[in-house]
Amino acid sequence: MKKLFQSAYLGFIFLFLYIPIIVLVIYSFNSSRFSTNWQGFTLDWYRVLFSDGPLMEAFANSLIIALVSSTIATVLGTLGAFAFCRYRFLGRRIMYSFVYILMMSPDIVMGISLLMFFITIGLSVGAVTLLLAHVTFCLPFVIVTVYARISGFDRHIIDVAKDLGASELQMFRHVMLPMLMPAIIAGWLLSFTLSLDDVIVSFFTTGPSFEILPLKIYSMVRLGIKPEINALSAVMFLVSLLTVTIAHFFFAKENK
Amino acid sequence: MEKAPIVRLREVTKRFDDVVAVDALNLDIFQGEFLTLLGPSGCGKTTVLRLIAGFESLDKGEIIMNGVPLNGTPPNKRNVNTVFQSYALFPHMTVYDNIAFGLKMKQLDKSLIREQVEEALSIVKLLGMEQRKPHQLSGGQQQRVAMARAIVNKPQVLLLDEPLSALDYRLRQEMEIELKRIHRKLGITFVFVTHDQEEAISMSDRIAVMNQGRIEQIGTPTRIYEEPENMFVAKFVGEINIFEGRITEIYNGSATVDIHGQPFKVLNRKNFTTGEHVKVLLRPEDLIVTRDEDSRPVPPSLGGVIDEVIYKGKTVDLIVSLDAGESIFVTQFFNEDQEDVIFQQGQRVHVDWPYGWEVVL
Repeated sequence: MKKLFQSAYLGFIFLFLYIPIIVLVIYSFNSSRFSTNWQGFTLDWYRVLFSDGPLMEAFANSLIIALVSSTIATVLGTLGAFAFCRYRFLGRRIMYSFVYILMMSPDIVMGISLLMFFITIGLSVGAVTLLLAHVTFCLPFVIVTVYARISGFDRHIIDVAKDLGASELQMFRHVMLPMLMPAIIAGWLLSFTLSLDDVIVSFFTTGPSFEILPLKIYSMVRLGIKPEINALSAVMFLVSLLTVTIAHFFFAKENK
Repeated sequence: MEKAPIVRLREVTKRFDDVVAVDALNLDIFQGEFLTLLGPSGCGKTTVLRLIAGFESLDKGEIIMNGVPLNGTPPNKRNVNTVFQSYALFPHMTVYDNIAFGLKMKQLDKSLIREQVEEALSIVKLLGMEQRKPHQLSGGQQQRVAMARAIVNKPQVLLLDEPLSALDYRLRQEMEIELKRIHRKLGITFVFVTHDQEEAISMSDRIAVMNQGRIEQIGTPTRIYEEPENMFVAKFVGEINIFEGRITEIYNGSATVDIHGQPFKVLNRKNFTTGEHVKVLLRPEDLIVTRDEDSRPVPPSLGGVIDEVIYKGKTVDLIVSLDAGESIFVTQFFNEDQEDVIFQQGQRVHVDWPYGWEVVL
């Protein structure tokens, strides 16, 4: 009886979390123009979606920004985490807590401060500033993910590599990098999803010359929810689902 | 063995913040010997090892290897290898790749690497395990991989940082024998760090007993055990009984010490003078316990009552509470001729020892 109650409770929580998404996906196949009542199955909205030039362009822009920014953030973040762990320098702890502060700070604060910064240095908002902004807010997540893994290592591993004749570079290349790979991939995936669906920071740091998907959707929704938005959301949900599955696969392999 | 030392430590000093870990330490390590640094945790023995390996930098003094000062030479440029307490095997590599790592860093030919890895594997008796990952190995096997990974590089000196402490008792004893065998086979110098005096005594050619960053005594296991030079070494290495006494008479090479009113004759190695207060040290197995009912006590001897009898199979351990108040620990071997002599709690006994078996400090 208690078991039954427990699983029912759990089921209820998951329903609560996922019903909106399920409804959204179902309605993306609804042939009615008005989302509220079911009028039969159709793939029209997907057709409309994929033939909407500007929307597809924004989608492509989003993907490019997400790919490039998460890759840059992953490289910088991995090196940063390694430096935090390997070298003892002045202000190391303070700098590491600043990484956390950056992660916690509200997006709106980061968006506005980045905008002010770009204006101050005379950079006009567009693709470049958006990229810089995305790298900035992804970086702490990579550092924290990779650092957590490094601190889990036997600290003698580095000593052993040096002891066996490896130079600093060889040690990084042959020992640290392979051991950190799951964390690096996880950091990259995290950055990718963060970058892909960011609205607030992007809102401040890009201009009309470079449109990205979340902002495009945001402006479209202001005129009412169109069924192709449902279809688009369903596609994006699928992308996130795939990303999570891949991430899970890497961690599952790691934990064996 | 009295050749030129392969490694010399001269006035080596290392501080961590305000703590002096190694204090103006001098040590010569000779070619081919098995030297153990023995001491309690925090005595600086591991730091000495890390200084030789090059993981820590010296604050003062110098380390000379083959006549060349090593100051500032990074670990990857030193002809020494280390086996760590935690093994620190590379978890993402197979046994083969772990062992081949050092050779790959030297960019040796592939076939040569294979040959040498095979040889190292056969020395540590792990042939056939090449493709396993470290987490698929038992603790003892991981230990052997760590050994193989170090010795495959043919270092002049192998440093071992408490490599057996993570193993259980039986495995540790097995590995002690293995280590000795590998040491003999390779003929290279082993510097072994441990806090376990039994391990040190059973394996080493020489033992350096360390305390608070200094060497208290260095010598063969026998000398360290039989003739400790100071109270620290006496107490740290093995069980020992300590009697307070006073020198009453001096003869040529010997002296009489008064212990609880009994005049014991002892060797006078350290030129004590009459009236001096001394400590007389005796190992549990050097004392002789006789039951009063078997023979009447003849002076000098210390009377007492058996407090505890601990049967050990080969020996019997006794805790005797002396009439003077103190408790002593005695190990008696069974005498084949008088198997019926069984000590029992509460029996009156008297304790003495053969002349010369004591250490007077």
